[in-house]
Amino acid sequence: MKSLAQLKSEIEAAVTGARLEILPNPAVPAQSSLRVDPAQASAVARFLRDTPQLQFDFCSNVTGVDWPERTEKVKLKQVVDGAEQEIEETRSSLGFLEVVYHLYSVALKDGPLILRQRTVNRSDDCRVASLTPIWRSCEFQEREVFDLFGVQFTDHPDLRRILMWDGFVDHPMRKDYVEPDDYEYEPTPHDEVLERAQQHYPTQEAST
Amino acid sequence: MIDEGLKNELAKQGVFVTSLQELYNWGRSNSVWPLSFGLACCAIEMMAASMARFDISRFGSEVFRPSPRQADLMIVAGTVTKKMAPQVVRLYNQMPEPKYVIAMGACAISGGPFKQGYNVLKGIDRFLPVDVHIPGCPPRPEALLHALITLQKKIAGESLTGPDRRRHLDPTAPSEFPVPEFGAHDLVPPRNDAVWRPVPLIRPT
Amino acid sequence: MNLPAQRAASFQPRYTPNGTEQDGELLEISLGPQHPSTHGVFRMDATLDGEQVVKLKPVCGYLHRNHEKIAEGASYLAAMPYTDRLDYFCSLTSNWAYALTVEKLAGLAVPERAEYLRIITAELTRVQNHACVCGFLLQDMGALGTPLMYAFREREKVLDLFESLTGARMMCNYLRFGGCRNDAPAGWLDAVSQLVASFPQFLDEFEALLTTNEILLARTQGIGPLTPELAINAGLTGPLLRAAGVNYDLRKVDRYGFYDRFEFRIPLGDHGDVYDRYMIRVLEMRESLKILEQALKSIPTGPVMDPKAKLRGFRPKAGEAYGRLESPKGELGFYLISDGGPNPYRYRIRPPSFINLTLLEDMCLGRPLADVVVILGSIDIVMGEVDR
Repeated sequence: MKSLAQLKSEIEAAVTGARLEILPNPAVPAQSSLRVDPAQASAVARFLRDTPQLQFDFCSNVTGVDWPERTEKVKLKQVVDGAEQEIEETRSSLGFLEVVYHLYSVALKDGPLILRQRTVNRSDDCRVASLTPIWRSCEFQEREVFDLFGVQFTDHPDLRRILMWDGFVDHPMRKDYVEPDDYEYEPTPHDEVLERAQQHYPTQEAST
Repeated sequence: MIDEGLKNELAKQGVFVTSLQELYNWGRSNSVWPLSFGLACCAIEMMAASMARFDISRFGSEVFRPSPRQADLMIVAGTVTKKMAPQVVRLYNQMPEPKYVIAMGACAISGGPFKQGYNVLKGIDRFLPVDVHIPGCPPRPEALLHALITLQKKIAGESLTGPDRRRHLDPTAPSEFPVPEFGAHDLVPPRNDAVWRPVPLIRPT
Repeated sequence: MNLPAQRAASFQPRYTPNGTEQDGELLEISLGPQHPSTHGVFRMDATLDGEQVVKLKPVCGYLHRNHEKIAEGASYLAAMPYTDRLDYFCSLTSNWAYALTVEKLAGLAVPERAEYLRIITAELTRVQNHACVCGFLLQDMGALGTPLMYAFREREKVLDLFESLTGARMMCNYLRFGGCRNDAPAGWLDAVSQLVASFPQFLDEFEALLTTNEILLARTQGIGPLTPELAINAGLTGPLLRAAGVNYDLRKVDRYGFYDRFEFRIPLGDHGDVYDRYMIRVLEMRESLKILEQALKSIPTGPVMDPKAKLRGFRPKAGEAYGRLESPKGELGFYLISDGGPNPYRYRIRPPSFINLTLLEDMCLGRPLADVVVILGSIDIVMGEVDR
């Protein structure tokens, strides 16, 4: 398969307005990914599918990933009033939801090419482009990402919940989901299950 | 009841003596027809129990009825999820009395390995009265046969009259249970407190 | 293969979007979730015009057991028993797919004997899965249980082998990252050879009873055909894709394990209909037996676990990996994102049964209701995998 840098320049040349970003993968460098903007994702996908030299005709896997906001304290050395001091700076990165597509080429026995789309944030603007019109295999998987993460896919033909029931309100695979408090009875609890059990069953003295 | 010695003596002479209760229970216990209701992996072991090697039909459960109206026994085999729970209770309500429930596998007893799931009902006994529980993940087909034999013994020991008579002969006992609805975060109600009675725990401080 | 532009224009999926206006004369029925022939808790909302299907929407999620969320809260090794319960017919291939992905993520090597044992158990799994699928398909068609009894008889022999090797009939939990949990006990390989030698007799018996049976031919030929372009675009994999004529088997394409040391053919179909899928499964069973014979002859001695592999306190470095293999249902893939901690940050399963259901509606439109059951049986779904 071509290197990601080559692919990136080809795609940027062919699709107007596309700006891609290569995200390296430290564990498996051969599976590094290309990040694409939701606005051009559809056009990029169509290019990848229809170009005879690439022919990525098979979208194997669509995954949702939740990256919540992170605040990290970073120690920096800065020059203040002529003297070098170590200052702690709090950096916060914006949270977002990400959709990862694994593409393969059945005709050329090639792949995987990994595309990523990111939402703007996790709260009010969670829209990305749906790639179902290009690869029909994304249909159910994008519905699942909508169901479990809350990502809205524009141009999806039938976006509704698939695994949870229709009246369900939360998006359970998010990192900040609080599951319902429905298992109190636990014979040998520990950690947070013990805390919850102690709320339901007041502790009594063990009669020896 | 009749004296066992007298019964044996008469049997040697070719006279068969019984009581209505024994006869009634004997007929019922030896032809328990299960509902074909497999949810997950335990269903495969239930199928294996009905196949040639383990052969549940030796014990009277020859036919697995597809329709709840014709079944006596519901073997809840597999994880009951919250999405499926109303359907399970509805199927139970559709079964005619006398009806029994076997909770097969760790998931049907208490949620099993999937206990931490947001969509997993932590045991079918939160909504339905269970007669026999089979531990295992999945329990072997022999364990299911053992459970069936245990159920048969339980049925054979049921009384027709008196305060501890079977539910279907007691006009005050319910035979249908309320079906839970889908709520925004969980089932509504999350459990049926008339049915689910966990053992009270005393925790040392 | 034609040029992609022509292909893209040529396939037109038939699909009714949700919410279209329906005439009051049509009958809406719900097949499932408790139904003898829906292969588990699966529901189809069908709209019928007389006997013909006008609209069919699959509804799943009745067995959504939150496997992915639970695995994010557990360590990498603790998720291994959950992979058994994913596709509960084929626990060993699910174990292998997960072990493959973690080994890719962490850069672990697997000793030769372990790879051979993995291949032997995977092919045994494939053989018993395909036998049972053929049995279930025939049960759905009305042969109330007899082919299934024969198939389960063979399955019990394979499960006996699994029990003596791994300790459990179905939930084997046998693979570890870097090899297998334990070596085969003495005499196990001979027992496998005996099974492999006697299996073709069962296949011949099965085929003699079924393959030229006129009821089977009438009910499966021409039902639910698929074009190769549509099959690839919809992400179908496994016997469904090969029945449509596409030569894509991950054992030959990715060459994971030591599959490139063995000689075996990939059967392909012409029409993509139910009969082709049934025949491909029967032929794949024969090819698996060939692989098993070759593997049993050439299995080396040696350790079954990588000595450098760490089982406790396993923390692969940060990064991600996608690993896939050819399970009996199709392409089973795992996508893991690690943040350097003991638990995976994101654990995703690419379920072949779920994605193979994408074209269920397309295949069923215009057909009578009885064919819906046959088509569903030929897709070979396992709800543990569809819903996870």
